[in-house]
Amino acid sequence: MSSFSTDEVARMASLARIALSKEEIERFAGELAAVADAVARVSEVATPEVPATSHPIPLTNVMREDEVVETLDREEFLAQAPASEDGRFLVPQILGEEA
Amino acid sequence: MSELLTKTALQLADMMAAGEITSVELTRASLDRIKAHNPTINAFLHVDEEGALATAREVDEKRAAGENLGRLAGIPIAIKDNLVIRGMPTTCGSKMLEGWLPPYDATVITKIKNAGMPIVGKTNMDEFAMGSSTEFSAYGSTKNPWDTERIPGGSGGGSAAAVSAFMVPLALGSDTGGSIRQPGSVTGTVGVKPTYGAVSRYGLIAMASSLDQVGPVARTVADAAALQEVISGHDELDSTSLDVEVPAFEDIVAQVGADRVKGLKIGIVEQLSADGFEPGVEAEFEATVKRLEDAGAEVVNVSLPSFEYALSAYYLIMPAEVSSNMARFDGMRFGLRAEPETGPVTAERVMAESRGQGFGAEVKRRIILGTHVLSSGNYDAYYGAAQKVRTLVQRDLDEAFSKVDVLVTPTAPTTAFKFGEKIDDPMAMYLNDLATIPANLAGTPGLSVPCGLSEGMPVGFQILAPAYRDDLMYEVAAAVEASAGEIAGSCPAKEWENN
Repeated sequence: MSSFSTDEVARMASLARIALSKEEIERFAGELAAVADAVARVSEVATPEVPATSHPIPLTNVMREDEVVETLDREEFLAQAPASEDGRFLVPQILGEEA
Repeated sequence: MSELLTKTALQLADMMAAGEITSVELTRASLDRIKAHNPTINAFLHVDEEGALATAREVDEKRAAGENLGRLAGIPIAIKDNLVIRGMPTTCGSKMLEGWLPPYDATVITKIKNAGMPIVGKTNMDEFAMGSSTEFSAYGSTKNPWDTERIPGGSGGGSAAAVSAFMVPLALGSDTGGSIRQPGSVTGTVGVKPTYGAVSRYGLIAMASSLDQVGPVARTVADAAALQEVISGHDELDSTSLDVEVPAFEDIVAQVGADRVKGLKIGIVEQLSADGFEPGVEAEFEATVKRLEDAGAEVVNVSLPSFEYALSAYYLIMPAEVSSNMARFDGMRFGLRAEPETGPVTAERVMAESRGQGFGAEVKRRIILGTHVLSSGNYDAYYGAAQKVRTLVQRDLDEAFSKVDVLVTPTAPTTAFKFGEKIDDPMAMYLNDLATIPANLAGTPGLSVPCGLSEGMPVGFQILAPAYRDDLMYEVAAAVEASAGEIAGSCPAKEWENN
């Protein structure tokens, strides 16, 4: 994990859908390598016999009765959207460039 | 400054119940203080004068009519800007949410409203709660009221500064790796991370869901206890909410006598008691332990080997959950939408552009790291391994708590550092949370109480208790507070006039 190249940062930025400038990519690569070296320590103690804990309290599935309850107001919610039309979110073209 | 603002929330509640003051009078004093000093301190991102006064008037009328009101009815409170309040601007300290008005109330906000507490406004924070100094807020850093050249801690620096500068007696924060306790430590206030699940997270804008916990900020242990009582309880809107009875925290603290610590076993964490701590912090910590010992506590050295790996595990788990939670900020349904300057305007490119422009450096850094941690081929080695450390931390704590009642550490390795000192060094910044992180990994409660001053700056004393034993943590904190004397009250901000 200590090899955090600019290529890797650019790849992650693309996966995470964040437009980064060249300067940001270079800065993060340097900074993240330092963090990466530190976290490599974890593997020292994470032996196969240790079970993983994903959550501090044991989780159980929570169910409720299937009944009609009050929901958020649609108009109020849509008023906060960047764009809306006919009671729905208005979003940019979803298919790729060639579509 | 109005004399009222130097009093504790419980003193004010008593005065109000006795008809000596009104909530309008107190809320007005709080708003005046904010107006006078927020331009310097920058603790508030939004102030709701009208709403706060309306609540205050309503409470005063109900009281005059003889209605039975909650303990903290009429006491003004400040809310960290990652808790949503219907119709009140909520930014999370980010440009991404600038101008956004939430369409609902967080459960803790419903409880605060039901308790009749006027909400004076939203407090500044590191963007999306990521940071230890409030320097990562998109709206400028908050200044530490003890010394305005220093950081107020993070990410809840705004809430801590608002309380320590006598702007409000109480505030709410959120603690993912120490964001209530560390600001408490560096501003001389009491900061509490309750047991995971004790306080609902519904309406808290999630940073790292398995670690986040809402909790109180106050100037005294008793005030924090009273506030935790108000915000605790089962919530069916949060599937991780605990369904256990809420202890009468305020009564518990009120009953703490001088001999409370007699016979109590207090564990000093070997891994968090020497290296890396500033000499002044270490000295105040040791002096406090000595006072507890003199009062009859039995002090035991405890070794928790997994604590050495906790920080590393945290910096894998936290960004992984961050990268997942931040995915909702896509420029489609709420928040900023930015279009690329050139090329086709597709959803994917708009998303990337919006996130590129809307998020600040630390948020981007953590999303990139989290994406890497969770990406194919890395998951088991990084995320899976970190979750194993979590098991080890829980085991170590279980074993420690079979030998001692509570564990104690300095809350932060240093007192408040100066602005800019660590902002370009992520690891130095992250190390600030060394002592607070294990409680988040294990879900156990933690509290920071001021224990002394080092070169004029406050030092925090952390108490860690077993899960569900927040009551025990409050008892010990009350004893520490009694032995340390009044620290929050000696903040230089007390001398600032309102003009």
